[in-house]
Amino acid sequence: MSGPVPHEAGSGPNLRAARRQLLLDTAGIAVSAVGFGFVFGLAARNAGYSVVEAGAMSVIGFAGAAQFAAVGYVSAGLPWAPIVVLTLFLNARHLLYSASLAPSLRSVPFLQRAAMAHVLTDEAFALAATHFRRLGRVDVPGYWIGAVVGVFIPWNLATLAGVLLGGVIPDPSRFGLDVVFPAAMAGLALGLSTERREVTAAGAGAAIGVVLSLLIGPAVGIVAGGLLGPLVAMALPLGSGDGGGPAVSPDSDVTGVPVDLAEAMADVAGLGDRASS
Amino acid sequence: MSTQLVLLAVLMAAVTYPSRALPLLAPGIERLPPRALLYLRLVGPAVLASLAAANSLVVKAADGTPALHVGIEVVGVVACAALVAWRRNLFLGLVAAVAIVAVARLTGIA
Repeated sequence: MSGPVPHEAGSGPNLRAARRQLLLDTAGIAVSAVGFGFVFGLAARNAGYSVVEAGAMSVIGFAGAAQFAAVGYVSAGLPWAPIVVLTLFLNARHLLYSASLAPSLRSVPFLQRAAMAHVLTDEAFALAATHFRRLGRVDVPGYWIGAVVGVFIPWNLATLAGVLLGGVIPDPSRFGLDVVFPAAMAGLALGLSTERREVTAAGAGAAIGVVLSLLIGPAVGIVAGGLLGPLVAMALPLGSGDGGGPAVSPDSDVTGVPVDLAEAMADVAGLGDRASS
Repeated sequence: MSTQLVLLAVLMAAVTYPSRALPLLAPGIERLPPRALLYLRLVGPAVLASLAAANSLVVKAADGTPALHVGIEVVGVVACAALVAWRRNLFLGLVAAVAIVAVARLTGIA
């Protein structure tokens, strides 16, 4: 996806063709959401979550990386208050997606926008932004197709499958399933790290996390790593490989499917400018 | 069946929803200072890396104190990270990590 957004609504492919392409994109995202939802269900079960608790995390919380992180926090015996604070920080990036879509969705009824916000994940944003760009205008049903059909439903069904089927595996660690959680965390951290500062924050967070976990305990170490790592990275001088702007990652927190969110945000901002002019 | 963590899910949603909704419902509210936006951008990688490292390198010793442990899990995690960096495919990385650890344990290497 490159180049400027067409300047006249409907100058791109027609609605039916655009939605057909959206469904194809959505299918790819849905397959990944199924895989990761299943893995989350397994990890949650290993951490002692019940079916209802794992389901509640996916339906109510509905934030892949934060859900995975919460599994680790709960396992480490972290009190709820720091878990909630870390979730707040971890999901704050959604502010940027919401802000990017806001100008385009101004005419949508308030209650519908409120509902749209609940399913606004990295993937939903990427699908919607790509679809709007392709179509040359906003398509609210298209947003719902991507967010609900592509992510919400597969993620939740797969979570249930993972937590239920996990029970029939007698010793998950024998099959290496205990490595899923730290490996997923490492992979997601890397997916979020596209610039030197992000890599530095991740490295510093890991180092601080391990050292303080050994000295004080994992509950303190993990939180300290997450909150102090960024400060270490921010102390670095800005290099040529770091834009330093508020761009977001080109990767997702739910499915691991690479999506160029920064470019998508720029495209949606273009749509918003036209809508408001 | 335990339902205790349902409340935690609600609390997590309560702090997640505003960042998804406020700009959509109250445009303009997202204009945070650039340093705050930069910090928020960096928290994600730092939290996740901290979790990954502490989870794969720190274990509880027999006396209950935290201890450093470098085992096959670290190899799996590093392999996953390498595959994500190379192919941008987390799922592939997870499959590789599980395969490495499972084979090592099943064959008695680890």
